[in-house]
Amino acid sequence: MSACAEGIAENEVIIRCRGVTVGFGERLILDGLDLDVRRGEILGFVGGSGTGKSVLMRTILGLNPLRGGTVEVFGHDLGAVDTATRAGIERCWGVLFQHGALFSSLTVLQNIQVPMREHLHLTQGLMDDLARLKIAMVGLPPDAADKFPSELSGGMIKRASLARALALDPAIVFLDEPTSGLDPIGAGDFDDLIAKLRDTLGLTVFMVTHDLDSLRSVCDRIAVLGNRRVLVEGPLATMLTFDDPWVKAYFRGTRARGLAAPAAE
Amino acid sequence: MDSASPLAPWAQSPPTFRRDPGDAGEVVRLSGDWTIRTIGPIEADLVPFRRDLEAAAGAVTFDLGGLGRLDTAGALVLLHLFGDVAEARRTIVGVDAKQRILLDEVAGAEREPAAPQLGPGPVIRFLIELGRYGVGWWVEARAVLGLLGGVAAVLFKIMLHPSRLRFIPFVNQLQRTALDATPIITLMSFLIGCIIAQQGAFYFRRFGADLYVVDMVGVLTLREIAVILTAVMVAGRSGSAFTAELGSMKMREEIDALKVIGLDPVEILVVPRLVALMIALPILTFLSDLASILGAAIVCNVYADIPIETFLYRLHAAVEMRTFFVGVSKAPFMALIIALVACVQGLQVEGSAESLGRRTTMAVVKSIFMVVVVDGIFAMFYAAAGV
Ligand SMILES: Nc1ncnc2c1ncn2[C@@H]1O[C@H](COP(=O)(O)OP(=O)(O)OP(=O)(O)O)[C@@H](O)[C@H]1O
Ligand SMILES: [Mg+2]
Repeated sequence: MSACAEGIAENEVIIRCRGVTVGFGERLILDGLDLDVRRGEILGFVGGSGTGKSVLMRTILGLNPLRGGTVEVFGHDLGAVDTATRAGIERCWGVLFQHGALFSSLTVLQNIQVPMREHLHLTQGLMDDLARLKIAMVGLPPDAADKFPSELSGGMIKRASLARALALDPAIVFLDEPTSGLDPIGAGDFDDLIAKLRDTLGLTVFMVTHDLDSLRSVCDRIAVLGNRRVLVEGPLATMLTFDDPWVKAYFRGTRARGLAAPAAE
Repeated sequence: MDSASPLAPWAQSPPTFRRDPGDAGEVVRLSGDWTIRTIGPIEADLVPFRRDLEAAAGAVTFDLGGLGRLDTAGALVLLHLFGDVAEARRTIVGVDAKQRILLDEVAGAEREPAAPQLGPGPVIRFLIELGRYGVGWWVEARAVLGLLGGVAAVLFKIMLHPSRLRFIPFVNQLQRTALDATPIITLMSFLIGCIIAQQGAFYFRRFGADLYVVDMVGVLTLREIAVILTAVMVAGRSGSAFTAELGSMKMREEIDALKVIGLDPVEILVVPRLVALMIALPILTFLSDLASILGAAIVCNVYADIPIETFLYRLHAAVEMRTFFVGVSKAPFMALIIALVACVQGLQVEGSAESLGRRTTMAVVKSIFMVVVVDGIFAMFYAAAGV
């Protein structure tokens, strides 16, 4: 029910990648990758370290140039949109970068208010209330509001950047390893929050993660990146039966022991 | 916008609010989209509405039946609105299940805003700032001396075991501080030499003492101008680079990483830069001497009709080797102070980008100031020594 995705029905494709090719210098990182993200789903994106998950996310966001292929968001080809449409789309997504990327010279409260200040005309009082609300929602203590990023712990940085990503109540959030660096309880709360926001706001979530618990508990679909493209996508059950050595090792290795049982029920 | 697309996703209908008298007390009808994008324009209208609502006695029903989209920001504003009516007197109707969850979630997360803390008054604040400033100088002087000690210790170790000098970083720094600075410093000195000669020739000509311009240019550039100009330029070029490099390493905990690996940041980062700069600055000063005298010779020839041979002959008579050494001997000390100040500033950078910028500015300002101070001290020393 989020504002941005009006006109796109539940379960319709909201991000469509076709033949996405990205490289640095001689090396291709992604080669002809196809991927769909549907409205209102939580897509878990997995793959070995350095396979290009962050690169794909940055490419969708327009931070890495495409060598080939197209990326469509809300039905607009991002390679061909005019600046006004692009600005509108940018207002509709929130991003949590892998390393937080909080503005180091602003407090947490000010960081959360940056997108509001930039895009909307709200009074300072309301912005303060909203920012404090977001701080509480992501599970930060109230006194974190006036701290600078350098004074936060690793997990707090993750939470603060999630709060900033959610500042405009976006339609899509991109999360790059949101639960890495959180304790298991915190990570569970994080997953709950994401699920709750999806249920109430119709949020679409593109989540790069290595957290098997997140994959099991909140992700509707999982896509696996390997060999520069999506190896397989589908629900967890598909992953468990897919025949590829890496996928097998990932979803059926010792660390994934908990996964198979509930899925088999 | 693109009409072929089903999408102008950011277009929304504005939120509306209205009070109607009803059978069982008043009804407040809320409709439209209550989202972060729509509440901005109505915020001001909502203020008197809320004031009236708060003043009203009697039961109030909030009818959310006409509500379109709702997000956390809208939910927050609605909750504030509900809060104006005492809980016993209000009923809320027409909320769908999702909106209910959202409202509960926001209500659960909302907290009383922290009471603003009363800061000290202006006089006290001024005194606090003054104290901070004074302590800042003290802390910094200690840091510079501390670093100097650290550098001395490392240099002593290097003297015992010359292999400990980090040769490649040292050469790299030498290239960046000396070789890369050569074009700009020679060009600038050449121009300054031209200007001084032109000005000198202009005034000396009035006294019929044209030739003395050579004495003036020779002594002035060799003793003072070349070394000061070069040092100022190097402070701006290399000093700022040192602060920015060390500062961004400090920000990303790279310096801490060096320490825990068992490496001494002073040895790895500071000493190569400092030694390179102490070698670079005398060389650059020498080049600056040459360039400015060349500039002066050309101007004297063209503007004051002093042939080059006469210029050289006169210069030979006017300056001695001592004059040159007086200038160049200051260079290593200036380099030392520039490098120390810049590195200390770099190591004091804290987490934020702003602090990096502030430290870099301070490094340049303070090192230029210190260059002038060092020059003054040398002037007094040489005057006392009668040189
Ligand atoms: N700006 C860049 N220039 C050159 N190569 C890059 C750049 N950014 C990423 N790469 C390369 O692209 C590959 C994919 O990087 P990416 O950050 O997407 O990995 P990842 O899948 O997110 O891994 P992780 O799970 O460890 O975060 C890596 O091999 C990396 O070296
Ligand atoms: Mg990554």
